[in-house]
Amino acid sequence: MSIFINKDTKVLVQGITGNEGSFHTRQCIAYGTNIVAGVTPGKGGQKMDDVPVFNTVRQVVEETGATASLIFVPPPFGADAIMEAADAGVDLIVTITEGIPILDMVKVKNFLAAKNCRLIGPNCPGIITPDECKIGIMPGNIHKKGNIGVISRSGTLTYEVVDQLTKLGMGQSTCIGIGGDPVNGTNFIDVLEAFQNDDETTGIVMVGEIGGSAEEEAAMYIKENLTKPVVGFIAGLTAPPGRRMGHAGAIISGSSGTGAAKIAAFKDNGIHVCENLGQIGQVCKDVF
Amino acid sequence: MKIHEYQAKELFRKYNVPVPDGNAAFSVEEAKESAANLGGFPVVVKAQIHAGGRGKGGGVKLASSMEEVETLAGQILGMTLVTHQTGPEGKLVKKLLIEAGQKIEKELYLSLLVDRATASIVIMASRDGGMDIEEVAANTPERIIKVYIDPLMGIQGYQLRQVGFGLEIPPAAMKQFSQLLSNLYKFFIANDCSMVEINPLILTSDDKVLALDAKVDFDSNALYRHKDLMGLRDLDEEDPLEVEASKFNLNYINLDGNVGNIVNGAGLAMATMDIIKNAGATPANFMDVGGGATSEQVENAFRIILDDDKVKALLVNIFGGILRCDIFARGVVDAARKTGIDIPVVVRMEGTNVDEGKKILDDAGLNLTSAFDLSDAARKIAAAVN
Repeated sequence: MSIFINKDTKVLVQGITGNEGSFHTRQCIAYGTNIVAGVTPGKGGQKMDDVPVFNTVRQVVEETGATASLIFVPPPFGADAIMEAADAGVDLIVTITEGIPILDMVKVKNFLAAKNCRLIGPNCPGIITPDECKIGIMPGNIHKKGNIGVISRSGTLTYEVVDQLTKLGMGQSTCIGIGGDPVNGTNFIDVLEAFQNDDETTGIVMVGEIGGSAEEEAAMYIKENLTKPVVGFIAGLTAPPGRRMGHAGAIISGSSGTGAAKIAAFKDNGIHVCENLGQIGQVCKDVF
Repeated sequence: MKIHEYQAKELFRKYNVPVPDGNAAFSVEEAKESAANLGGFPVVVKAQIHAGGRGKGGGVKLASSMEEVETLAGQILGMTLVTHQTGPEGKLVKKLLIEAGQKIEKELYLSLLVDRATASIVIMASRDGGMDIEEVAANTPERIIKVYIDPLMGIQGYQLRQVGFGLEIPPAAMKQFSQLLSNLYKFFIANDCSMVEINPLILTSDDKVLALDAKVDFDSNALYRHKDLMGLRDLDEEDPLEVEASKFNLNYINLDGNVGNIVNGAGLAMATMDIIKNAGATPANFMDVGGGATSEQVENAFRIILDDDKVKALLVNIFGGILRCDIFARGVVDAARKTGIDIPVVVRMEGTNVDEGKKILDDAGLNLTSAFDLSDAARKIAAAVN
């Protein structure tokens, strides 16, 4: 088992004809992802390599039965693309786009509350179940099939963690980047719950960063609900307050959102904390 | 993007959010002119910098005559104002706001911001105006009123009343307060604000409600649809290297250590700073070249950090995802050709197209030290500066 996606997942790509969209579609196909179609408004009827392009998500869903979407459209159109996918009945919407205005996301999140779908992202690397399906921009070759679930707010930081796990022989069940924006779809707790219920996952790595209180809430959830061991890491212990550290959501506001508070919450709730990224593979090996 | 109080108040006026009469002044002469236009005393002379705590730092003074305006404007213009938000180095005051003094009956607190956890707009209000809201939240959380607005519905009448009665606004001022809050919400949404704070909001002795202060922060991701607001950016308030980096859409923050670093991805960039600190050195900056960086952006990232005299060594940590290692390597080679590299540079590269990237760097024959993993990179960079 894995969570949210597997080898049978039919995937469509919104923004497939753009530079990043076409590059990463090819990478996903090469990894084995079942990409059934793409969408670029106005380019319906064309093809991106062998992938048919449609004008609307609804057409793709009706003609191919796609259940997941991977979104690459530019930020001004991000919210619209997510809502289009949700309205067309797509179950899983993975949004890579970085820079969607926060008020757009606030509206989208409330719009999605009435729909039966899951959003991952925006501003995220996506989701991968090694050797089965990759819906995202992560380099596939660093992953290895196995039993560790990985969840993170970051992209490249997740690759670093996965790379160390793989090199030390620990494969992954599913890896998910939930994104670095302040308002996002799937949160830590949603994924933790799914990993807890997944027979194949035996241990979990959770990678957080400064800003907000999602890590603290997740830590409390872990203590109450999880029986599987969790290793935690927090990025940004040296970040100055009041500055946005690249991710729109990575900002210490006054005394809230500090790395120290998150690490304390991890420790208080039985999470194995790794404070040096260079060592996270080793810490996981010791714990798992 | 932050703006000055005087700019925020000009925007408030357009949205019928009442503020005291006043005008910005960039010189002592202009300060006197502004004071004369107000037609009476006292007037308030307020330093305009992008930081709070100006009153306590001596940047806000009351003048009861034109002579005092002249003296105070002369003192405050050009002073380095140090507040709890500026850091010990303070900020140079280049602009003033000259405003009509008010008869204050009560000081209140009012703010609007995006609440991450509930994905809504939250109104925060308190009868403890003029105080640091964080202190109020920590010591007397029951004195803070929070009302969450559904963005699809907008603000409702009962929510305005909830805040108004919570603040114990007197009946004579209630209608005016409701209009103020409703207009403030319109302003927030129409301009893609991420935060609007009025501290204090005052109730005057003749039952008027006014924004005595105004702090506004706009969502930088939404500025593309507010061309009119972009003109409000004040480059004087920003670090020159950060201004330069922003021209190339680089996420750069200048810090005070001596180990420069260039990383792709914000999370990895933060973790790389932490690792530099762990290894016994201090980061000179945060630099995230971003997911989809071009070779030109990489080249400029290098140039900006190499131009910074305090940087004694540079750690490059790239894990290719959207940013392919070959594109990154081309940027490095271009930067090295144009700027020259005269400090130790440790490069750690992994991920998409890593072999092409390494080949480009090898073929260029640059004087770079390779690291095989993150721990190795940390050791090598610490050795270079210690």
